[in-house]
Amino acid sequence: MVVGKEKPKLIVNGKRVDGRAPEELRPVRMEVGVLKNADGSALVEYGNTKVLAAVYGPREVMPKHVALPDRAVIRCRYRMLSFSAEERKSPAPSRREIELSKVIREALEPAIMSELFPRTAIDIFIEVLNADGGTRTAGVTAASLALADAGIPLRDLVAGVAVGKVDGVLVLDINQIEDMYGEADMPVAAMPSLGRITLLQLNGVLTPDEFRQALALALYGIRKLYDLQKEALRRKYISTAEE
Amino acid sequence: MASSSKPILYVSNRQVVVVGDIVASGDVIIDSPNYLQKLSDGRVIATVTGLIDIEESENTVRLRVIPLKGRYIPKEGDIVIGIVTDIGVTAWFLDIRAPFPGVLNAADYLGRPFNPASESLRKYLDVGDVVIAKIAQYDRTRDPILTVQDKDLGKVVEGSLIEIEPSRVPRVIGKKRSMINMLMEETGCKIIVGNNGRILLRCPNPEIEAIAILAIKKIEEEAHTMGLTERVRDFIIEQKVRRGLIGHGSG
Amino acid sequence: MSVTPEQPVIPKIRLNAILNVMSKGVHTDKRPLHSYRQIEIKTGVVPNAEGSALVKLGNTQVIAGVKLEVGQPYPDTPNEGVLIVNTEFVPAASPTFEPGPPDENAIELARVIDRSLREPRVIDLSKLVIIPGKKVWLVWLDIYVLDHDGNLLDASMLAAMAALATTKIPKYEVNPGTGEVVIDRTTRTTPLPISKFVATVTVNKIGNYLVIDPNQEEESIATARLAISVSEDGTIVGMQKMGMGYFTEDEIVKAIELALQKGPELINTIKASIGMG
Repeated sequence: MVVGKEKPKLIVNGKRVDGRAPEELRPVRMEVGVLKNADGSALVEYGNTKVLAAVYGPREVMPKHVALPDRAVIRCRYRMLSFSAEERKSPAPSRREIELSKVIREALEPAIMSELFPRTAIDIFIEVLNADGGTRTAGVTAASLALADAGIPLRDLVAGVAVGKVDGVLVLDINQIEDMYGEADMPVAAMPSLGRITLLQLNGVLTPDEFRQALALALYGIRKLYDLQKEALRRKYISTAEE
Repeated sequence: MASSSKPILYVSNRQVVVVGDIVASGDVIIDSPNYLQKLSDGRVIATVTGLIDIEESENTVRLRVIPLKGRYIPKEGDIVIGIVTDIGVTAWFLDIRAPFPGVLNAADYLGRPFNPASESLRKYLDVGDVVIAKIAQYDRTRDPILTVQDKDLGKVVEGSLIEIEPSRVPRVIGKKRSMINMLMEETGCKIIVGNNGRILLRCPNPEIEAIAILAIKKIEEEAHTMGLTERVRDFIIEQKVRRGLIGHGSG
Repeated sequence: MSVTPEQPVIPKIRLNAILNVMSKGVHTDKRPLHSYRQIEIKTGVVPNAEGSALVKLGNTQVIAGVKLEVGQPYPDTPNEGVLIVNTEFVPAASPTFEPGPPDENAIELARVIDRSLREPRVIDLSKLVIIPGKKVWLVWLDIYVLDHDGNLLDASMLAAMAALATTKIPKYEVNPGTGEVVIDRTTRTTPLPISKFVATVTVNKIGNYLVIDPNQEEESIATARLAISVSEDGTIVGMQKMGMGYFTEDEIVKAIELALQKGPELINTIKASIGMG
């Protein structure tokens, strides 16, 4: 978060740059089963952040020595398409993408019942189509839908959202401008029915009090996203049932 | 932690549940432990998208989720339809749509000891050959071992092969084979359903084969709905009429 | 691709023994669960570096060094110097470390330290401008893990902070005609402008216990770790959840309290080691 020359006002009359209230999510769209070949797939949009996730597996592990005797290995790649951001991103994996691939894998590991599939691999591919803030959390939300769509047993769905501090105000689901010019960006992901937090990062500065409020705000947003996730999963089967 | 408490159900029988749905709480018996987990507070939560099957008797409630999707994972005793993809010195390796290859030992297939020094396995089964086999041994630590030493198993020389979601196989077979028997009766096809979602059809003619395949695809797509057997029977009759295989009003 | 790592095989009886010890509120080396091993910080260990520090945290050893170079500022921050953080887990440090480019663990560690220094503006980068918009100091902070006995992140942050706080900017002259910057590294006088001190406290979840500063064996059975960077002004300046497990909200609140309590102790240790205590 580098503060540029001309920081815009991020809160005007209690509203944010895109007109939202501080605790308001962007318009969310979720669609499950969007790819033919993948075992599971999902498209998730938080406003202009658009992320596609695909899951293959459990499948044979290649190379074989990577296999684990007591559980499936989870392999996860988070990637931004070259044209997804304002400036073209080189297709070579960046340090940021390498870190986020790990952070996202570790956000999903607690949910996947990998012990049911020893010596196999579950591959998760997250492609950021358009980046407008919150791509890793939208990626977690999409990946957990894709895992569910693949029929892989999950302890719970994982949903994620980023809370930010902009012009001194805690706001839910930050966009690119708020991320760039704000004082803090805190991505969180959780399994709501189990009350387990599986991803937590803070880039920025918060007082302990602000942190507690930010975490509560994130969990409030996650609960809403979680309901939308379930709705998206159900929609796929209800539509065929109504024929 | 959950001391004995009266079961409460939050869903109705045959309802579609998704991951994270709380389906019940209290003392229930879980018949599909991979697809339903009991939390320490007594709540029972679904781990997959599927159909909930509730069996209520006087003093027990049994719950089961039948998943609607998922890769095939071998189970001992399963019938699978495999395709030879690789040939070793004393065994064939078959793609059985599982995360592991199925191993078919030469001695099992030939029903006698096999000497790799004097003969080649390719003489009996080559890459691309289709085999109906049974999972003889599988414990998740080694690749599953197949056998063809049972009735109706072995190399397939004719018929059509189709694939469906492995999780929908139980629906294609139906309770007490009701669905598959109806399919074979109405179409006159011989149909072998592998637990791995591969289905082999041998039909009297291509027209009726096309109808049988459409019917199976319909079962796959509507696996989560009720009254499916009768709907599929009507569908087959309608198709037969449309294709002029039988007249209006008959059948 | 980030891949589930192979877990070291710990005999089950050993695992139970560790959990049993922790149930009594202590580490396997008998110190309380919420205490650090002995910390040794030596600065100025690499005379050729503009700043350096060797940190021993129990048997964990980390060396950090700072090199200053003249370079161009980022286009969006023309009037600020540049901080670049790298970490390498050298193969000498553990049988599980392999030569080659930094893996995801090393990259993550470097990026967590980078953010925890950058966000609270530990270095006042605006004071590192040589010719506005054209020439600024590039601060290369490189951290090498020399011996791995757990808690690399906290040790690396101690080393980074001590190295930065003892970094001296070399004497330089700007040729008014060419704009060329001539550096005299034999004379270093101005300290790097440090605005505040930070420390990272990683809270490990081992069994049901929240544990500080585990050794490698203890760390290998932690299901999840939460790195919390705190500043001497009492704010939280960075966080990163790591590991394949999870935290409850309650555990996170407790972890934060722990970090706010232990962070100042670490900062005092750094200050004492560089004669600021």
